[in-house]
Amino acid sequence: MSTLSQDHSLGRMSDNTIDRPGERAPLVLNMDKFSEVTATVCRVNEADKAPFAWYVAFAAALGLLSVLGACIGYLILTGVGVWGLNNPVMWAYDITNFVFWVGIGHAGTLISAILFLFRQKWRTGINRFAEAMTIFAVICAGTFPGIHVGRVWFAYWLFPIPNQMEMWPQFRSPLLWDVFAVSTYFTVSLLFWYTGMVPDLATLRDRAKGKIQQLGYGLFSLGWRGSNRHWHRYERAYLILAALSTPLVLSVHSVVSFDFATSQLPGWHTTIFPPYFVAGAIFSGFAMVVTLAVPARELFGLKDLITLRHLDNMNKVILVTGCMVGYAYSMEFFIAWYSGAMYEKFAFINRAFGQYWWAYWIMVSCNVITPQLFWFKKIRTSIPLMFVLSIFVNVGMWFERFVIIVTSLANDFLPSSWDMFTPTWVDIGTMVGAFGLFFTLFLLFCRYLPMIAMAEVKAVMPQADPHGAGAGKQGHHGHGHAHAHDGHGH
Amino acid sequence: MATIVTTPTETGAGQPAAKPTRIYGLLAEFETPGDLMAAAEKCRDAGYRWWDCHTPFPVHGLDGAMGIKRTILPWLVFGAGATGTLVAFLLQAYTNSWNFPMWAGVWVHGYPFLISGKPAMSLPAFIPVMFELTILFSALATVKLMFLFNGLPLLYHPLFTSNRFRRASNDRFFIVIEARDPKFLPKRTEEFLKTLSPVSIETVQD
Repeated sequence: MSTLSQDHSLGRMSDNTIDRPGERAPLVLNMDKFSEVTATVCRVNEADKAPFAWYVAFAAALGLLSVLGACIGYLILTGVGVWGLNNPVMWAYDITNFVFWVGIGHAGTLISAILFLFRQKWRTGINRFAEAMTIFAVICAGTFPGIHVGRVWFAYWLFPIPNQMEMWPQFRSPLLWDVFAVSTYFTVSLLFWYTGMVPDLATLRDRAKGKIQQLGYGLFSLGWRGSNRHWHRYERAYLILAALSTPLVLSVHSVVSFDFATSQLPGWHTTIFPPYFVAGAIFSGFAMVVTLAVPARELFGLKDLITLRHLDNMNKVILVTGCMVGYAYSMEFFIAWYSGAMYEKFAFINRAFGQYWWAYWIMVSCNVITPQLFWFKKIRTSIPLMFVLSIFVNVGMWFERFVIIVTSLANDFLPSSWDMFTPTWVDIGTMVGAFGLFFTLFLLFCRYLPMIAMAEVKAVMPQADPHGAGAGKQGHHGHGHAHAHDGHGH
Repeated sequence: MATIVTTPTETGAGQPAAKPTRIYGLLAEFETPGDLMAAAEKCRDAGYRWWDCHTPFPVHGLDGAMGIKRTILPWLVFGAGATGTLVAFLLQAYTNSWNFPMWAGVWVHGYPFLISGKPAMSLPAFIPVMFELTILFSALATVKLMFLFNGLPLLYHPLFTSNRFRRASNDRFFIVIEARDPKFLPKRTEEFLKTLSPVSIETVQD
């Protein structure tokens, strides 16, 4: 409270990244009434028209989505030959995109589950749309294994469905573990996201003016009425979901890494893969959250809820995980040398200096070198710089998966079987189009669903503490008259 | 003292029984979590049973102030998780290791699925799927049981007839004492609620 009121006298506050000993930096700026939080968040959904930039972005996203649709349609009608795959490079853009999107999908659950268990209250400002981002990223990710099987009408063979051929999936294969890991991850993330959203949907229902909104938000809020007996079970359930999602999120990218690590291929056959993939996933996911949060908070007026401190914290996570990824890159080289295995040594030297050297160095520059700039607070708190750096990370992490998959396959044991992979226009169209799918879903989410977890943000405001300094003082600033009649008698 | 706002039918004679509609309960509105907390403690101590607080967010410590018992949800989730582990094991063992027909909606036949000389019962390879289904079953059970125990979805509720109550999802804190409470007497309960210094008191019809 004191921090807020001090800064109020100096006008609007925008920088809460300064740490004062003995004081908690405020997580919500320039607001001390719960109703202000509600109004700020709901304004986005309740406005008759979205900001102009939203329509531009939505049109662009729909354009890319149709590119994706066209490319997938062409692929299904023609066959996987339309991609630039060859023998030995039988996985390229498809699996690169799959791993890229699954990785991005990790930040949402990390923020909602792991930061929740660690009682990091700043997660409340960003968890909702990070979770939404997770769901949409996993939808994009799920598309690729679905279409890369070639004959998509047989995709149901991935599941143990009784059939007339008495054919079962092979449960000793990491590819099948992946089916279970990713579909479980999608389901649990969706449950977590939706459960967290129910109280906020109830807020939108209670404020809705139009019949359609009342009906829509009314149905999906399930009749939530904020009963404390309900909150009690709800909070338990939320804690359980967080505790379940934490090992889940770590398992999913570990299982994805098993797709590679359990094979015999030099460059893939590495025990460091599971932790390295998980660190990379968190790294790319946080970068995507920053990429999305920066324009979203500008466009929808959410700067007081997604504050500079939130962005600063996320940039710190990017820095840490970027260093972990850098460590993994160097450790791979060390182990390749230390193993004494000729093929292993060759695979790594070839990665850095072979025909795909440019991809490798794009990866190292974007993932290891540029994130080091986040050691400087000036850069961590500079909106334009963090936006650019977060896009670098996105690019770098796409190349990381490309480097791992393509360079290892292209040059395996026998030089006679080596070949180069060159993408076709369908490869590139599918990759770009997936962004269309992602942004279409994300923009619809921004427009129609509460982008910030209102109930959770309110609960971490100092005014929410029934015993603290803020107790009984909600709306004190500028609303002293509201209390005039009861004379602060409590 | 707080200003007491009541519905016109209630102010005068205190004869809600004369009205054809039944009372659902009395709704008292508070401005802050601190006020609500103090009031909830008094409600609990007054011996009411069918009453509740309604808040825009979970208020820390209110469970204790209301005297709510801990939910058994975690134990049931544990059961669901264990079921998931077992189902995953049986699924994989049946389809990849064992050899007998059984009826699962249709007749199916499991058989030892031999891949690169691996043992039919390769338990370590079955663990990832067992782990995933444990999580999946637990998470589904958590959400389903939480809403089920809360009596949701319930799209109509008498409290939704109150305009004032709409702020329960925004910035106000409510206590409702239901008419079915054995200690509920319209006049007495209203007098009691007045002592808690709410911002307003309202009668909610069923």
